[in-house]
Amino acid sequence: MIPLGYFIGLSVLLFVLGVAAFFIKRDLMTMFMAVEVMLNAANLAFVALAKSAGSPAGQVIVFFVITVAAAEAAVGLAIILLVFRQKKSIKAEEMRLMKG
Amino acid sequence: MGVFLFFLLAVLCVGGVLGFILSRNQAHSALFLVLAFTCLGGLFGLLDAPFIAAVQIIIYAGAIMVLFIFVIMMINLEQGIAPERKRWTLGLSAVLAVFLLVELALAVRGTLGTLGRTGGETIGSPTELGRLLFTDYLYPFEITSILIVAALVGAIVLVKKEGKE
Repeated sequence: MIPLGYFIGLSVLLFVLGVAAFFIKRDLMTMFMAVEVMLNAANLAFVALAKSAGSPAGQVIVFFVITVAAAEAAVGLAIILLVFRQKKSIKAEEMRLMKG
Repeated sequence: MGVFLFFLLAVLCVGGVLGFILSRNQAHSALFLVLAFTCLGGLFGLLDAPFIAAVQIIIYAGAIMVLFIFVIMMINLEQGIAPERKRWTLGLSAVLAVFLLVELALAVRGTLGTLGRTGGETIGSPTELGRLLFTDYLYPFEITSILIVAALVGAIVLVKKEGKE
């Protein structure tokens, strides 16, 4: 059988890659996709731990996370579309309306 | 066999995320992410979670990423975005990522010994999950459906063009 550590290690690696992508990328769209990568890394850890604990509760939580991610994607993409309509750009650097 | 499959899927998954980071074109980034999420679905299958694997591939790699690609097509930027952010932010984010990796690895290493292995009987059959969703997790399930409806209406209201009768 595959050791649990492999899955947790992959989950940690994916999460860190997601965080790095969030800071490296410069447009709102890919930054938003980086958040999805982080969510998926957490999902992998949930499923692996559910398997090692022998309880399906972790998989139910992953189901809820996926549903909430779908809602989040819908609203987030609507906001990005709105920003693009007003500013003709989705670069993160140009969103400085609230900068002091 | 299982270990071989794990490494194949893990390498494809990490490669997809790396391609997502390195690609300059947003549409290519999104397609790399579809690859990564599909491989993640395969990993869920390896972990005895067939229902979650199907949901991952249908909803994440299918619906959500297609939504992203639709919006990318609507926004239709010119080929990528020129690299104009200062170099030190790139270095800083790399340092942050390394620190986070070390920190998480240290945190996981301490607890992993007590967690056991991924063996044993099947736990994630769709029947079992469906029973749990409609008994123990009924309230979260209903609240999530209300959340989905609210997000749907909110997205429509946000994007709707004003001033048209």
